[in-house]
Parts: sequence; structure tokens; C-alpha cells
Amino acid sequence: MTAYLGIDVGSVSTNIVVINQAREILAALYIRTRGRPIEAILSGLSETAGLLPPGVEIAGAGSTGSGRYLAGVMVGADVIKNEITAHAVAASMYVPDVQTVIEIGGQDSKIIIMRNGIVTDFAMNTVCAAGTGSFLDQQASRLNIPIADFGEMALSSSAPVRIAGRCTVFAESDMIHKQQMGHKLSDIINGLCEALVRNYLNNVGKGKEILAPVVFQGGVAANAGIKAAFERALKLPIIIPKQFSVMGAIGAAQLAREEVEKTGRTNFKGFKIAGLPYRTSSFECGGCPNNCEIAEIYEEDRVIGRWGARCQRWDVM
Amino acid sequence: MPKVTFPRMGESWRTFKMLMNDLGNEVVVPPRPNKRTLDYGVRYAPEFACLPLKILMGTYVETCLEGAELIVTSGGSGPCRAGLYGQLHKKILNSIGFPVDIIVFEAPKNHPIDFLRKVNRLNASRLSYRAIWECIKRGWEKLKYLDDVEKLTHVVRPRELEKGATTRVYRRVLEWIDIAYTMSEIKEAGEAALQAIRSVPQDAERKVLKVGIVGEIYVLLEPASNLEIEETLGILGVEVHRSMFLTGWTQDNTVKETSETLSVKDAAAPYIPLCIGGHGQESVGHTVLYAKEGYDGVIQLAPFTCIPEIVARTILNRVSRVHNIPVLTFFLDEQTGKAGMTTRLEAFVDLMRRKKSQAGALHARPEVV
Repeated sequence: MTAYLGIDVGSVSTNIVVINQAREILAALYIRTRGRPIEAILSGLSETAGLLPPGVEIAGAGSTGSGRYLAGVMVGADVIKNEITAHAVAASMYVPDVQTVIEIGGQDSKIIIMRNGIVTDFAMNTVCAAGTGSFLDQQASRLNIPIADFGEMALSSSAPVRIAGRCTVFAESDMIHKQQMGHKLSDIINGLCEALVRNYLNNVGKGKEILAPVVFQGGVAANAGIKAAFERALKLPIIIPKQFSVMGAIGAAQLAREEVEKTGRTNFKGFKIAGLPYRTSSFECGGCPNNCEIAEIYEEDRVIGRWGARCQRWDVM
Repeated sequence: MPKVTFPRMGESWRTFKMLMNDLGNEVVVPPRPNKRTLDYGVRYAPEFACLPLKILMGTYVETCLEGAELIVTSGGSGPCRAGLYGQLHKKILNSIGFPVDIIVFEAPKNHPIDFLRKVNRLNASRLSYRAIWECIKRGWEKLKYLDDVEKLTHVVRPRELEKGATTRVYRRVLEWIDIAYTMSEIKEAGEAALQAIRSVPQDAERKVLKVGIVGEIYVLLEPASNLEIEETLGILGVEVHRSMFLTGWTQDNTVKETSETLSVKDAAAPYIPLCIGGHGQESVGHTVLYAKEGYDGVIQLAPFTCIPEIVARTILNRVSRVHNIPVLTFFLDEQTGKAGMTTRLEAFVDLMRRKKSQAGALHARPEVV
């Protein structure tokens, strides 16, 4: 059976999926990156290989996410795509007439406006990480609540408390203040959900025309409290695809498929690379006053990729 | 005579170095903004000041360490903080132990006497006004060639056959223009430079997108402050047209406004009818004009906390909708990680390409380059 591999290496999670010709998911994996993308990619690949039914042949591979270049050179990706395009492609696979995609991940959040199946506008959070998954994670562990229960707790609230959402520092001190005044935890959590949504719509979503169907994806879509807060703020139904947490990887797999259909061949090195040694190193180039910080990745003893240079000096491997 | 320095904006330093030397001054050439520049800038500038103030702060500290005693810079027009930066820089530099003085040139069309007095102060060789005029004319010629060559790289780079070839030739020809001194040498070097860039092997059939760049002058003119966005776009197959070059800006602020600026103001009038400081009005006007000229998109570059550009940013939402042109804004600060910008640029290029292929054929090469 012919199938396509998609890898999304994000700041918080590394997601890997395999889809077949009929766009069915053969394997989907969501693991934590833990600041070690290479290890995450390698262990994710060997785990994925174990999940696949026998006889699956990978006919194309794509990578996306902030670690897309790293993942791309490691596995031999046919396409290395930015996460905005990947998420847009994936959303329209499930909801073909989608007009708005809300994506909230670990450290960034984005809005993608689509009309007639193509992206017409997009925005990503720029200078502020308030309202992203990492902050929710951090608050859940401060309150000692499993992150999985966060959303349900918010839904049980009857009277939301107002929390400042502009900045995580203000939000946290506001939450502590309200908690010491004796507000119920569920109300505070619900207030936090509303604050994050308000912050998202005022920053990332500012000036954008948000029309239905609205698709909500990324790790934070698991949080029912945030979904409900979006529905209240937008007065629109919010669709959450079943595979919401790995949509970037699905988009990458689909883009890989489109690419190999054009080229007729794949560069994918195979799951065997999970057994190869990889290491990285970095140095400061002294070639000019830029002093670029160059990072390089080795497969066995060979350099397979370099990043960080502002000129072509280090392009030759 | 005091050793003189000045802000660095792209390649224009080559002209100012020649001009200051001609007037009899020893020059400390400002280094290309780098990590050390940013470190000094962030350490000594107020936290909420904008990126141009911080980069210049760092540049001045670097040049002061090399012995600069007099800084020559330009003022600002309209309500923008840049107008007081000269004085602020001087106070900060004096307070951290550099006894430098600063000469701030204001627009001569508004302050002609002040302008001449300041020119006299820099005239260490006691040249006649006529001789000074000759120096300025040569400097102007050099500046024009520097701008023209840079503009040409924006057209050639997206079509180059070998990635990086244009930049390599560009770096080389800059030196030709740099060492040219007499009027005829400058013309000869400039023409040769243009010819060399034109001769970079190109793919005439390649379908390229056209993007206009608008925004605040410093982050537009100094590639080190905008993470070399124009070069990055060129490599992604995008021809860029920058709305501002030093020669154009100087013309508008010395003698009288060119017809080009006036039409930009006309285009902006329905949205911003008056000067709001900085280049906010121009950013809006240029975006309207780019849309009318059939560009595929516009990128706005703004220093973080820049009020005029924040105002323009909000209005550009509407301009983008009314004129059906995608607009992407970057607020620039001291971060040097390029990944976030690359992601957005790649997505923006995808967006424009899909929009265009849906609307019809991509246009091939324009007339003659």
C-alpha cells in the first residue's frame, strides 16, 4: 500500500502521521519535543514504523513546523513547507469550504483566512506568547490540575471571573489575586479561557474577517473551555477536526503527495534512519562583522545541513 | 580637526565618507550593524525606544571607541521621535564618558541658514562654496549609482540561475564604485557595475512575483536591521520594489517634493489626509499605488513601538480589502532569529502564488532590465 509521511516539529510537540491514497490516517503520533528535536524525530519515526500495518510503502515525505529544515534533511523530505500553508491544506481536506482556521499551538498562534479554497490572509502572534499552549500548561501545573481536565473545569463554571489577558505576567498575577480573594477555581479557569480568546482575537485576529465555517486546530483545541469561549465571542459554531492535534503533519503529508505526483520520485531515506547517529554543533562564523551563529547537523560523520548564515558561505556541505 | 562619523544606512556610507574626506575631515567609518552594535544599543538606549535609536546608539558607541569626536546626522520632520534622537544620543554618549558633539542637519528647505552654518562647521579645508557644491555633486552622483545598482539587484536576484550569484557580484561592484573619485570615474564605475549585475546569468522564463516594500526609513534602508528581507525575498523568487531610497528621500527634503511623492500623498489622502509623522502616510499611499500598478503584495516594515507605522498598519487592513492586495507587516526589534520571518515570508509567497495562479497567468520577465 502506498502512503505518505508528514512530520511537524514544533516547539512543544513533534507530530508524525502517515496517510494513504484515500487520505485515511494509518498512523498518528503526538509526542513532546522536550527541547530535543532530533531525539523526538528519531524516536517518533521508530514508533511510527511500529504502528504501521505491514506492506506499507512510503511514497513521499513532507516536513513542517519550526523544526522543518532539521526534520527535512534528516528524513529526506520531498517538501519542506511553512506551517501556515500546511495547516491550511489540512483544514480544507476535512472541511473543504473552510473560511477561517484558528490554530493555537505550544508557542505560537495563527489565524488563516481562506476564501474559495485558497489562503487570502494570515497572521501569527508576533511579540507576545500570551494565549498559547505553553502558558496554559504552566498554569495547569501551578494549580496542580492535569491539563486534560482544564477544559472540563472551565465548562463547569457558572460565573467567569475577569482575568487580564494582555500578557502572561499580568494574567498570572491577576489569577493569583482572584484566587486569594476566594473565587472558585473553575471560575478563574473559565476567566483565563475568556482572556486568552480575547487576547487572540485582539492581537492575532485583529482586522480579519472571521466567517464560518471556522476550524479550530492545534494542541489547544483539546481544551473545551477555549472552544466554548471562542463560540461565545464569535457567535459562530467552531469545528474541531478529529485529528486536531496533528493537522500540521497531515498537511505536510498531503503536500508531499502533491509533490511526488509531480516529480514521480521520493527522497525519503526510510525508517532505517532512526538507527543512525545524529549530532549537532554550532560555531560563530568570523567571515564578516555579522558574526552569524551557524548550526550544523551531522548524520554519522557527514554534515547534512547548516543554518543561521546570512550569506551562502556555508551552503556547500 | 575632530574625527567625524555618521549613521550607517545601507551602502550610503561610501558617499558620506568621500564627502567628509573632501571637506578635510578624518572619518571613522561606521561598522555594519552586528551583534555587538545591538548589545551596546540595548544597554545604553531607553528600553521602549525603537530599533533605529538602539542600532544608532550602538553604532555611535562603536565609532566613539575608535576615536570619533563629532557625529553628523539628520533630523526628522513631523511628529516622530527620530527628530529628537540626535540630542538624546549626545546626552547619553556624554553621560557614559564620550565627550562627542553632534551636528543634526534639518531639512534645508525649511532651515537654509542653519544648514549653511553647519556645512561651514564641517568645512575643515575651508573650501569655497563653489568647491563644496562640486563635492556635493560628485557625492550625489555616487549615491545615485549606489541606489541604481541596488535597485537592479532586486530585479535580477529572483531570476538568477545560480543561487547567490547576484549578491556575490553586487559585493564586488560596490568596491568599484567606492574607489571611484572624479566625476568621470564615478560614472564609469557606476555603468560598469550596472553592466556586471545585468550580466548575471538569468532565467528569462521564470515566473516571478512582484512585491512592494513600505515602512519606516531606517529599517527599510539598512538590511542588517530587517534581517536582509529583500535578499531573502529575492531568493524565494520575488522581485521587490522598495518605496524609499536615500536619493529620493533627500530630493523631497532638500529642494521641493517630487511629483512621485505628491502622488503618494494623493493616494493616501482618503485614508490619512495629513502628515502623521515618520512615514505613516507614505506607507499607506505607496500601498495604494502598488495595488493600482498590479503588484502581487506589499510588505510593511516597522520598528516595534513606532506610532506612525502602527497607525498605518491599522489602516492597511482596509486598504488591503478595498484594493484586493495582500499586505504583511513585520514589527522589527532586537531579535536576530530569522526563522519566524522566514516562515511568514514563505507563507506569504505561497499565498500570492496561489492567488495569482487562480486569477490567471503569472507574468514572465518585464521589458528590459
